[in-house]
Amino acid sequence: MIGPNDLARMIWPDIDMLYPAKFVKRKFIPDFAGFEGTLCQISAMDDLIAARMQMAVSLGFHIVFACIGMTMPILMAFSEWKWLRTGRQEFMDVAKAWSKGVAIFFAVGAVSGTVLSFELGLLFPGFMEHAGPIIGMPFSWEGTAFFVEAIALGVFLYGWNRLNKWVHWISGVVVGISGVLSGIFVVSANAWMNSPTGFTWKDGKASNIDPVKAMFNDAWLSQALHMTLAAFVATSFAVAGVHAFLLIKNRNNRFHRTAVRLALSFGAVAALLQPISGDFSAKDIAKRQPAKLAALEALYKTSKPASLVIGGLPNDKEERVEYAIHIPGFLSFLAHGDFEAEVTGLDKFPKDERPPVMITHIAFQVMVASGFLLALAGLLFLVFSAWWKPLLYRKGWLMFVALLTPLGFIAVEAGWTVTEVGRQPWIIYGVMKTKDAVSPMPGLQYSFYTISTVYLLLTGLLIWLMRRQIATVPMIYPSAAPESDLNLKTDSSVKTGTVVPGNK
Amino acid sequence: MLSIIIIILGVSFILYTLLGGADFGAGIVETFAGPRGTKAISKAIAPVWEANHVWLILAIVILFSAFPLVYSTISTALHIPLMIVLLGIVIRGSSFTFRHYDVTHDNTHKYYTLAFKISSFITPFFLGITLGAMIFGEITLGSPVSFFEGFIKPWLNLFCITMGLFSTALFGYIAAVFMIGETSYPLEQKRYRRYSKMFLLAIIVTGLLVFIAAEVQGHHLVSAFFKSWLSITAMGLVALITLLIFYFFNHPVIRLLRIAVAIQVSLIMLGWFAIQFPVLVFEKNGNHLTFYNTQAPYATLYQLVIALFIGLILIIPSFYFLFRVFKKPKEQKEVI
Ligand code: HDD
Ligand code: HEM
Ligand code: HEM
Repeated sequence: MIGPNDLARMIWPDIDMLYPAKFVKRKFIPDFAGFEGTLCQISAMDDLIAARMQMAVSLGFHIVFACIGMTMPILMAFSEWKWLRTGRQEFMDVAKAWSKGVAIFFAVGAVSGTVLSFELGLLFPGFMEHAGPIIGMPFSWEGTAFFVEAIALGVFLYGWNRLNKWVHWISGVVVGISGVLSGIFVVSANAWMNSPTGFTWKDGKASNIDPVKAMFNDAWLSQALHMTLAAFVATSFAVAGVHAFLLIKNRNNRFHRTAVRLALSFGAVAALLQPISGDFSAKDIAKRQPAKLAALEALYKTSKPASLVIGGLPNDKEERVEYAIHIPGFLSFLAHGDFEAEVTGLDKFPKDERPPVMITHIAFQVMVASGFLLALAGLLFLVFSAWWKPLLYRKGWLMFVALLTPLGFIAVEAGWTVTEVGRQPWIIYGVMKTKDAVSPMPGLQYSFYTISTVYLLLTGLLIWLMRRQIATVPMIYPSAAPESDLNLKTDSSVKTGTVVPGNK
Repeated sequence: MLSIIIIILGVSFILYTLLGGADFGAGIVETFAGPRGTKAISKAIAPVWEANHVWLILAIVILFSAFPLVYSTISTALHIPLMIVLLGIVIRGSSFTFRHYDVTHDNTHKYYTLAFKISSFITPFFLGITLGAMIFGEITLGSPVSFFEGFIKPWLNLFCITMGLFSTALFGYIAAVFMIGETSYPLEQKRYRRYSKMFLLAIIVTGLLVFIAAEVQGHHLVSAFFKSWLSITAMGLVALITLLIFYFFNHPVIRLLRIAVAIQVSLIMLGWFAIQFPVLVFEKNGNHLTFYNTQAPYATLYQLVIALFIGLILIIPSFYFLFRVFKKPKEQKEVI
């Protein structure tokens, strides 16, 4: 029989090496003897694994809503602005339709965020006890930003008919700005975990705390930039994908055409900037977290020059990467801007301070691959809209965009996996290990099962609900109704079906 | 610095009880008010519940930045009730929003409503249990104890359960009073007046139960109460205001009634605060956690005060604006 622990090992192959069982198994005096025995048998999953998995599930869930909350208000405000400027119905309809989806996602984002702010303590009290006073400041700024965001969103969602148009529009802009700011503040707290500064650590206690310095730590800028762009890429492509999918069936629908175009223009720009910002991040971690860089590149031995490993399966036992493509010298260049530079490998770190290579490396490949594919899509979009507009509504292109729907979010999840798993075994890099921070409560796996079940159900429900909402769109919004489809016979710039890709 | 933080913490806690309480209580009241109430309640709390909810987040952030040991202690020892509170928050928030926005009306709405109601009862109940456990003094951390003693006994006892009942009644009461002003049909108003009285009675009964349970379990709340002049004054005022409220119930003074209830609830909490000041968490071994022995370093408190201060400057006017916009009664047909 496969127990939960074996499952965890399948996902996390290096778990045993990182966390020898003697740390993980906590002894407590059994008091309901019989029950206790069975409890231990069925709950073979270690508490530490359970806590980490629960954190990962909760964050992986929340981040989706966070990205939507950072991006959609800006897209909506942009669409409303176009409507205010041009007076064209479809812009107003798109903004309104989006705002309803956003209301639902925002609520789930808010409650899952609340869960997180408790979970940090429920699962890692040892961490929060010391980190709280140091990174409390970004969290309190974040709280302020949430507040403004929640209030402005209330005004925006319920004020369509009650407010002056421009006041309404400004409330949308305020939602967008505070959403992005709150994202940046939390990320700065996470960046501090990667690059802890602003305190002195002595005898297991922090002193000389400087919250401002802690907030503006070395990793702050690169992470905040990369994350904000990621939110725009992921959300815009997902939104565009859904509308593109609906366009395939009816390519003349004014509403969906507008929506795809709006969303893709944001997504394309962000997707093109993303690899540049990613390169900036990589150079940054080469300096501050060489073990993470080594793990994500699966570089077992310190090399000079170091070659870039693309794809492949890391083999920890033999310390090499199988089935990979190697590009000599390129990693040296990416990490240090010099083809001859030395890149630190995992061999420079004791075995118990190395992050899990397999997960980190694969997640990194997934993120970068998605990143380049999305950047390519963004480039094509920009080129098409500048020179070959008709191509934008061809079936092939729409299918391509529809297929990209989940890709941005996959990249976001993968990217966070790189960051978080790549930091292991540290919870505060170089200062505190994760195993020393975890809650002493036995049976944490039950929290994990419960939360995962609830989130799984919620995800299913949300997808179902969105489909239900989308089904009502043609009935609610004039520009989405079949009557207002573009009349292609008279519109010479758009020809469906007959345009050959080669006719430049 | 510390005193400013304590005040802001107290204020955000009271505001969460009042505003968040009205939202949670709405689900409790809805159980009594039936389908008719569903519509009025959805309309009343939809625009504001998320913003109201942020007061809780603010309180938590203050707790872990300024009194980290308190945060880590309760989240360890009270893991189970807090986890239930969280599940309640998640289920309630999502089911409410789904119900509000799902434009297709069919059987699913029944399930949304069911989930909404159940979680609206569970969350305040376990919030009350959590608070009760902080006062009760059975928390033992550090020394090796059995699972039961360490993680269950601190909160699963008569006293905490009466606290849970008390806070459920309190939230229901706040919501019932709030709803009086949210409907313009006299008949409906009368109904909510009736519920308010009912819940007020429930508060008095469960409040007494709390004190009795405390005595039974050897936690001498009554004597602690008589030692603090602030709590005695607060409770005296509460008694006066309660009389006044009974008078208001039978008169068309909705705004005055709301204000009186807000003062009443704040005074109850102030009285409570005075009894246990400066202790935040009572521990079994006598090493109680207080505002003083758990406070974060000065630099943190200072930055926190700045952040909160700027925050409040931004938040209070916008809150006012939000409530203003939605209190303007205006008949309209809109898609949202
Ligand atoms: C749409 C999402 C997306 C896309 C297309 C990319 N990334 Fe990314 N990446 C993220 C989303 C993301 C993220 C989820 O937002 C992370 C996690 C933590 C962070 O700050 O950003 C991240 C982290 C992250 C890190 C670790 C930073 C750290 O730990 O401080 C590196 C080195 C890169 N990325 C590099 C890249 C490169 C070279 C890309 C090339 C195309 C790339 N990313 C595309
Ligand atoms: C600012 C935001 C974040 C903070 C403060 C944060 C904090 C934490 C903490 C305290 C842990 C547990 C300790 C550890 O395992 O090191 C953790 C683990 C983890 N988090 Fe994050 N996190 C953040 C963002 C994210 C996001 C958005 C994701 C998205 C997927 C994520 C994914 C994970 C994963 C996969 C783990 C488990 C790593 C492991 O234990 O190997 N994190 N995070
Ligand atoms: C990289 C990670 C994160 C990002 C980018 C992020 C961003 C956001 C954003 C934009 C929102 C606004 C709500 C929405 O739009 O749905 C939000 C909500 C929230 N987040 Fe996160 N968050 C992250 C991680 C965390 C963590 C680690 C915590 C906990 C400590 C947290 C706590 C919250 C809370 C409490 C809310 C609800 C606020 C409200 O009611 O509006 N977030 N987050």
